[in-house]
Amino acid sequence: MNKPIRTISVFCLILFVALMANATYLQFFNASNLDEDPRNRRVIEAAYSVERGAILVGRDAVAESEPVDDKYEYLRTYPMPLMYSHLTGYFSFFSQTGVEQSMNPVLSGEDDRLFVRQLVDLLSNKSDAGGNVQLTIDAGAQQAAYDGLSALGGNVRGSVVAVEPATGKILAAVSLPTYDPNNLASHDLTSVSRTYDDLAARDDEPLLNRSIQQTLPPGSTFKLVTAAAAIESGAYTADDQVPGGASYQLPETVGDTGLIDNEGRDCGTTTIPFEQAMEQSCNTTFAALAVEVGAEAMLEQAEAFGFNQRYLEDWGPQAVSVFPEDANAPETGQTGIGQFEVRATPLQMAMVAAGIANDGVVKRPYVVDEIQSAEYDVLEQTEDDDFSRAVSSETAEDLTQLMVATVDNGTASPAAIPGIAVAGKTGTAQSGQDDVPPYAWFTSFAPAENPEVAVAVMIESADIPRGEIAGGQLGGPIAKAVMEAVINQ
Amino acid sequence: MSSSQPGALMGFVHRRRRGAELFLLVLALTVGIGAYAAVGLGVEGVVPADILGYGGGLAALIIGAHVVVRFVAPYADPVLLPVVAALNGLGLAVIRRLDLADGTTFAQQQLTWMTVGVVLFAVTLLVLRDHRVLSRFTYTAGLGAILLLLGPLVPGLGYEVNGAQIWVRLGPFGLQPGEVAKVLLVVAFSGYLVVHRDALALAGRRLLFVDLPRGRDLGPILAMWAVSLGILVFQRDLGSSLLFFGLFLVMLYVATERPGWLVVGSALFFGGAAVAYKLFGHVQNRVNIWLDPLAYFDESPGSGQLVEGLFGMAWGGLIGRGLGQGSPERVPYAESDFIIGAIGEELGLTGVLAVILLYGLIVERALRSAVVSRDAFGKLMATGLAGVLALQVFVVIGGVTRLIPLTGLTTPFLSYGGSSLVANWVIIALLLRISDQARRPVPDLSATDESPDEEATQVVKIPR
Repeated sequence: MNKPIRTISVFCLILFVALMANATYLQFFNASNLDEDPRNRRVIEAAYSVERGAILVGRDAVAESEPVDDKYEYLRTYPMPLMYSHLTGYFSFFSQTGVEQSMNPVLSGEDDRLFVRQLVDLLSNKSDAGGNVQLTIDAGAQQAAYDGLSALGGNVRGSVVAVEPATGKILAAVSLPTYDPNNLASHDLTSVSRTYDDLAARDDEPLLNRSIQQTLPPGSTFKLVTAAAAIESGAYTADDQVPGGASYQLPETVGDTGLIDNEGRDCGTTTIPFEQAMEQSCNTTFAALAVEVGAEAMLEQAEAFGFNQRYLEDWGPQAVSVFPEDANAPETGQTGIGQFEVRATPLQMAMVAAGIANDGVVKRPYVVDEIQSAEYDVLEQTEDDDFSRAVSSETAEDLTQLMVATVDNGTASPAAIPGIAVAGKTGTAQSGQDDVPPYAWFTSFAPAENPEVAVAVMIESADIPRGEIAGGQLGGPIAKAVMEAVINQ
Repeated sequence: MSSSQPGALMGFVHRRRRGAELFLLVLALTVGIGAYAAVGLGVEGVVPADILGYGGGLAALIIGAHVVVRFVAPYADPVLLPVVAALNGLGLAVIRRLDLADGTTFAQQQLTWMTVGVVLFAVTLLVLRDHRVLSRFTYTAGLGAILLLLGPLVPGLGYEVNGAQIWVRLGPFGLQPGEVAKVLLVVAFSGYLVVHRDALALAGRRLLFVDLPRGRDLGPILAMWAVSLGILVFQRDLGSSLLFFGLFLVMLYVATERPGWLVVGSALFFGGAAVAYKLFGHVQNRVNIWLDPLAYFDESPGSGQLVEGLFGMAWGGLIGRGLGQGSPERVPYAESDFIIGAIGEELGLTGVLAVILLYGLIVERALRSAVVSRDAFGKLMATGLAGVLALQVFVVIGGVTRLIPLTGLTTPFLSYGGSSLVANWVIIALLLRISDQARRPVPDLSATDESPDEEATQVVKIPR
């Protein structure tokens, strides 16, 4: 009987080898496929229960992990939830946004830059906590922006973005309406789902980060780009006369639809000084200038400031600001006053002001200043980066002169700060829909001679009568408060 | 018994190797107690307070078993007991780990069952000094097995767990009679086949390269086939059905030395399985899930358990998350059928391969005992016990790792389950008894009825 027993032995050997080969396939070769399956909750829970690093503004944490006594061990908390919700984003069991998402590898401790540190921690038997992220945000500016925008009323939809012109550091970024990310980070997962569904269903889109995720017509603030193109073309300087008049008929058009006016502001007759055109935000002037420099030059100028491009690397997802390609002559005229298909995020308009403030060089905006170990040792400092040269230094000077005049004598006067030269520009953009009120814009920088901060304010809607919506009246004081907060430190 | 023993003829005598067994047992206890400590460290951050009591208890049981072996089966295989001790200890630790996650007390009960198992192990060795005695109980064992298998179908006695009608209630205890039946079946098959092997092997006609047995010899095979299909149909237990029929085929083949039986038997099994697939929804369901488990994840009855187990094993990867660091409690019944999934998650591929190798060792040592056994009954029994272990391990681990369709069976020595644990300890006792008989020096044959000429040669050949 030994021969069949040996055969059975071989058969058993085959069975066991098959088991081992299959286990090896399952746990080694096929493991990553299974790990990536969205239904695999183990992977999600593992990320969910590590001690994430903090997100810091100054010396204060705006997001941190606190030990709790449940199965996930750490609860993500946001000490200043409403003011920083769109910067930090939220860290829920189901999804992440904002810096929580963009810097997840660092915060969760998986980033390679943390590796050596963790190896040391492993040997010294410390916990493997994630790294911290230091934001570029200026707490004072953020507070001023949040307070200013909130003061417009409970139902305001809008955004304020402040940038340091010389570096591209984002100093403040507020988007209203806001939400409380603590409710989404809760370990009560059914309540998280319900909260998320409620937020996602709301018409005023509180989860939308209006600073970078929503583009709207920038209106007259875009006249800065038009003026930049006109001066760069060599045909004008800030002290020259530009086309003026009470009305302007767009090329190739006849009648009212192609007729542009100035809503009652004084824009002279045939020609007026450039400063006056900017002060009074003369539609007739800038439509004419845009037609004069042409669609190609306008597109080039807009793209030099960042339109039609992605530039945010550590915060997102970013909506791309749009300047239309292949616009014809009447459309180009409309783009000159920030209408037609021109759309911009508040961050984009802040970059226009910052580029002018920084002698024509646009810096790449960024929100993460430092990556730190769990023990707050700096592992990496973000280097500032030239994004593009938008205009020459001389052009930047001319534009600054025009913007300072606009604050001193024109529509942007609400942003004036006593004793400091402020450069600014208002905008009130037609929404293009009868039942949607116009969008109020304001962009500025200060001090004009040595800029420390550039600001863009956008108010999409607020509980304010339609007739009173104007960029200068609504946005000017907010921009002023933010600039003061940065300058007076 | 015609099989010759070259070893015995050449005067080779197996060494007892009890010291080696003791050394291996210490290693096995290190695995069991170390895993228990690691579970405490991993889940609660401290070595369990009762580590000394627990370790002492486990060591007492295992050393007690060793002492019994040393006295009543001194020539028994020295590897089997340590391997079983390691598996049992590891199983206890993993069950304890799942208890901590789920708030259950399975480990406590399992330890009690292990004690019962070890006691029965000792009793088997003490009472059964020669395994051939069992051949007297061929038909008793067969009848007992059939009664046990029918038990779950008796109204009021049997009950259903997870769709499989394989349990009987005995007072406060739930008993899985299939686990006990498999031991009785091995005994019954061995006894029957020893007597009828020549008839089964020699009588019959040859048809298409296959030697078919006579019609009347086919009786027991057809009966076994019917029993297997009955289990499949009425108890909805694919695993046991495959196990019993496979066991029978293996033993039939070994007894008759005719591969034809394997052909006939396999044809019968796959034919029956194909018909069952056509007729029964639960069989189709299992096969569909096996082919594409991820597609049935959210359905009910679906593949949630299987896929969670696969996710866990994938998450464990090469070296595992560490005991207490994974979430094996996500898998329903992780402490019984899916314990290999918990091991895969927390001890990784390394742990799974180690466990499979340990099972491979048990089967290898058992088959080795069968080869060196001097009597046909012992050979058949050892092969049968090895075969039933190998098949059970293959069916359950293959099912959990999606090598074959999932069928419910316990993982020997690892899974929570009293019937299974006790039955498997008895299996090991039987194997030790057979190997003790096989490795024991040939009794001095210089008996009185030998001729004086031969007696002289015997004297010369007295070993050492």
